[in-house]
Amino acid sequence: MSNRVLMKGNEVIAEAAVRAGCRHYFGYPITPQTEVMHYMATRMAEVNGTMLQAESEVAAINMVYGAAAAGARVMTTSSSPGISLKQEGISYIAGAELPAVVVNVVRSGPGLGGILPAQGDYFQATKGGGHGDYRNIVLAPASIQELYELTVEAFNLSDRYRMLTMILGDGALGQMMEPVEFRDVEPIENVAKPWALTGRKGRSEHNTVTSIYIEADVMEAFNNKLQAKYAKVTENEIRVECVDCEEPEIILTAFGLVSRICRNVMQLAAKEGIKVGLIRPITLWPFPSQTYAEIAAKPSVKAFLDLELNCGQMVEDVRLAVNGAKPVHFHGRTGGNLPTQHEILEHIRTLAGRNA
Amino acid sequence: MQDVSIVIAGFGGQGILSAGKFIATAALLEGREVSWFPSYGPEMRGGTANCSVVISDLPIGSPVINDADVLIVMNGPSLDRFISHVKPGGLVIVDSSLVLNIPDRKDISLYRIPASTLAVEAGNITFAIIYLLGCLAKQSGCIQRESFEAALTDALPTRHHHLIPKEMAVFDIGGTFLNEN
Repeated sequence: MSNRVLMKGNEVIAEAAVRAGCRHYFGYPITPQTEVMHYMATRMAEVNGTMLQAESEVAAINMVYGAAAAGARVMTTSSSPGISLKQEGISYIAGAELPAVVVNVVRSGPGLGGILPAQGDYFQATKGGGHGDYRNIVLAPASIQELYELTVEAFNLSDRYRMLTMILGDGALGQMMEPVEFRDVEPIENVAKPWALTGRKGRSEHNTVTSIYIEADVMEAFNNKLQAKYAKVTENEIRVECVDCEEPEIILTAFGLVSRICRNVMQLAAKEGIKVGLIRPITLWPFPSQTYAEIAAKPSVKAFLDLELNCGQMVEDVRLAVNGAKPVHFHGRTGGNLPTQHEILEHIRTLAGRNA
Repeated sequence: MQDVSIVIAGFGGQGILSAGKFIATAALLEGREVSWFPSYGPEMRGGTANCSVVISDLPIGSPVINDADVLIVMNGPSLDRFISHVKPGGLVIVDSSLVLNIPDRKDISLYRIPASTLAVEAGNITFAIIYLLGCLAKQSGCIQRESFEAALTDALPTRHHHLIPKEMAVFDIGGTFLNEN
């Protein structure tokens, strides 16, 4: 009998954060992620932490900013419209080089949109969202077990690089239940935070956390420093899963839940004699461009088919990575709809020239 | 044991989502892989509710079911909506107290159980879904009786545990119905 328990994705996010040493959670309710806050309300009380329902998303992200500046492990969660509201704070957190974890349980948009699952926030998460030249580490889990592991890892990555790490989930991942097996001891990296605002404590100089640099040269030097850090993250932290990519004819590529629909389709395609591989980026930023380039160079590969719950966002990064070596096609669904296995298989048949 | 994909659908308040959780928990207790995927949205009591449960011995690909092995329905609109998603040879279990339409497919096994009527007679309307789950367990073999009982203990709050012996009796009755196709 294993110690696996059946839990909702949203609850797993909260439990993982607590296990990772997060003792400060600030949020504002929004479907489909409100269970994170429900769970935190009980759980934070048990561990003498803070769960605070802020007066708005803007307030919540600024509370995150403050707690992070004080060196605490801190998290906020929301869904698409709420994440839009947090963008100013996210940019400031990047500008102040603070570690924090933000979870976006994505729903369909734009605008108030709908509450069903979507991936339309890929651009926002990976290309900025807020103002200025900054990056977030963006992690895209595909199962509840991985949601747990990546949430813990998000805190480590944030501390290691003094960066905001975003978990980009979706409404389905937040709402569904799967077994999760928690570790006895979490691999928490205890990174020293000598920069944190904890009082002078005998130091001759007080610490300053800021994102304002009025002088052009000072601002530019700071931007260069950020870019050097982002280059280091790109060098060290890319994660990607490749399935059956040895000698495929068609490469599917998808992140999160959609990648799992792809796995079923791969079995259906195999029965028809079509060799299909899958590239699943786990880090959406930094993006696993090299992996795409290497697989695109394989003579067996005829085409790529990128699948997303949006109108074509990650596909731009895929095309940059493939760089014209092979055609990259796109198949998207929106509004909360998910692609069926049949429609994906039909698209594969066409690309493989197997349609009568 | 093959993968089993189960769609349960009906009105909000009938225990549709809970039923899925009982099955998923039972399968988990048997050490199998499982996913539970709910309909969610502006749902309310009396509105529609459905969930998809996949049970497998291997890691589960999609938790989203396009072709179901089993359909359990507790209202007419859900039968109309999901009947075409059942695989040929699939199992369809309906609460015939509430679902008056009869599917015109002959390539499925059909079990019609007057579950809501029986449940009222047994003194608790919430038992209705348990008759249907008893039929599911008996006809598909996807979960064992013991693990279902353990799942009830696991999933139900302690204040409801006194109902479990009665629920198991109902579960057993659910397994006695015969194929109507």
